[in-house]
Amino acid sequence: MVRTKSYTPYLFVLPLVLLLILIFGYPIVKIFDFSFKRIRGIDGPNIGFDNYNALFSDPAFTEAIRHNLQLLLAVVPLLLVSLGIAIVLYERLRGWRWYRTLVFIPYIIAIPIVGVILKNMFQFNGPVNQILRSAGASVLAQDWLGDKNIALWTVMTMIVWRESAFGIILFVSRLLSLNEELTEAAQLDGANWWQRIRFVVLPQLRGVIEFYLVIGLITMAASVFAYVYIVPGKGGPANGTMVLELYIYNWGFEKHLPGIASAASVLLFVVAAVLMFILFRVRRRAAAEELG
Amino acid sequence: MAQQTASTFADSYEEGRRPRSQNSSLLARFAFQGILILATLVALVPAYFMVISSFKTSNAYQLDKIGFPALITFDNYQQVLTEHPFFLWMGNSALISIGSVLLSTVVAGMAAFAIARMRFRGRDTLLALTTSLMAVPPVVMVVPLFVLFSQIKLLGTYPGVILIYSGLLAPFSVYLLVTFFRTIPTDLIEAALIDGSTSLGVLWRIILPLSGAPLGTLFIVNLLYVWNDLLIALLFLPDERLRTLMVGVSVFQGRFLQDIPLSMAGMALASLPMLIVYILFQRYFIRGLVAGAVKG
Repeated sequence: MVRTKSYTPYLFVLPLVLLLILIFGYPIVKIFDFSFKRIRGIDGPNIGFDNYNALFSDPAFTEAIRHNLQLLLAVVPLLLVSLGIAIVLYERLRGWRWYRTLVFIPYIIAIPIVGVILKNMFQFNGPVNQILRSAGASVLAQDWLGDKNIALWTVMTMIVWRESAFGIILFVSRLLSLNEELTEAAQLDGANWWQRIRFVVLPQLRGVIEFYLVIGLITMAASVFAYVYIVPGKGGPANGTMVLELYIYNWGFEKHLPGIASAASVLLFVVAAVLMFILFRVRRRAAAEELG
Repeated sequence: MAQQTASTFADSYEEGRRPRSQNSSLLARFAFQGILILATLVALVPAYFMVISSFKTSNAYQLDKIGFPALITFDNYQQVLTEHPFFLWMGNSALISIGSVLLSTVVAGMAAFAIARMRFRGRDTLLALTTSLMAVPPVVMVVPLFVLFSQIKLLGTYPGVILIYSGLLAPFSVYLLVTFFRTIPTDLIEAALIDGSTSLGVLWRIILPLSGAPLGTLFIVNLLYVWNDLLIALLFLPDERLRTLMVGVSVFQGRFLQDIPLSMAGMALASLPMLIVYILFQRYFIRGLVAGAVKG
């Protein structure tokens, strides 16, 4: 430890503390305060639980929650796709580095840009349907983004498409750090490829898989704003892709009722806090696995 | 210890050394090769669509949305470059990204040094609180921040958004740097102090030169975050001339919903900066992101 004057450490952490109070501390305290008030401008009268009551009687809020929950399902395909491709890459066939470089490209293109491209591809008269029609599968040609019942599934597919790029890279890195003596020993004992993956490789990945699952859950619950803002256009059609983040944005900045937006923020904060708690436990395990 | 493992993890990214697949059957190798080709195609289809469409005229696009253009036109690019301020947006994004990354790194670096290398009351609480902020979604904070910033006249200013982004980046930066600073041998620091260095001198002359790898990771992860963000820039920079690239992209696409080739030319231009960075620093890029995720 560095021995210094007693106040030196505080001088070093002071800028951080001030910054965090400004950007996290103050706003988090404020959303609780705002959520019990009818805010006009910068403050307003206390109205008890009215904002929360307004939330729960708003069908759009229930829809937003339901949509976030539906998006949580996407972590399953997300995991399967990234893990599957990572395991195939791990075979290190000829040219595998090239494949790895190329499959990461979706992650390099920013979400708003990816959103604009995919939005055009999935238009009713867009290339996706053109291919389906020319392949004689006109029945499958849907109004991918215009149909309220399909739009969220389309967005979900886009999210899986882009986010799995990161999963692949993460799993490949973990796979390459494994001790291969175990796999080789299993092979000498006559285990076939699938048995080696299932009983030797996968158990060693448990920590990083759990870690990725939790990251995925946090993404689906709290960072899909850019997708739903751009792709179908502000949560449309008819709130078909409304999610919590956009819901907060709408009440706060389109309808100018910060009180209701804050009540929704409080609920999202609580959900995030729970996921965060899980994440910390999982990460500790992932780190321990590294050591073992 | 943790740092050491995390870096072996990240370094192993490069160590695909010997081919492993000698033992699989020919058929299996064919199947694997097929899966990889398919995955790569799926990953690249949107980029392909973007690029070929951007060279078509509107009419050509209506006739054929998938194939190569019969006649390549540069009109879309010309229009995008002359009529829409993409370079201004990129400049704004670059300024904000670099400003935020620098500020958050300085603030986090000083705090991380104290947390990792000094003893003081509340140290562990501070670290626990800071790292737990990593999972708080930015959208939770925007309403009160908006109200506050409009009161203190930071709304619609670069210092305002740079403060917000730096704050959002700080928890992860502190976590990563504390983990790293703890691995630096104490002897080095003690020796410098005996030679009469101040604490700040130690940070600057001893710690900083050793911290290339974690600083590189932070730079890439944080830069990508700010460059790609839509929400904060959308709300806190309403002024047209201050728009970032992502806000510009979202406004631009809204105006040309019907003219898809033009829209795609804009997107191609907008994705260029990060693609160039990726191609130039590919190795560093992936390593940084992976190390960042595992440690962060």
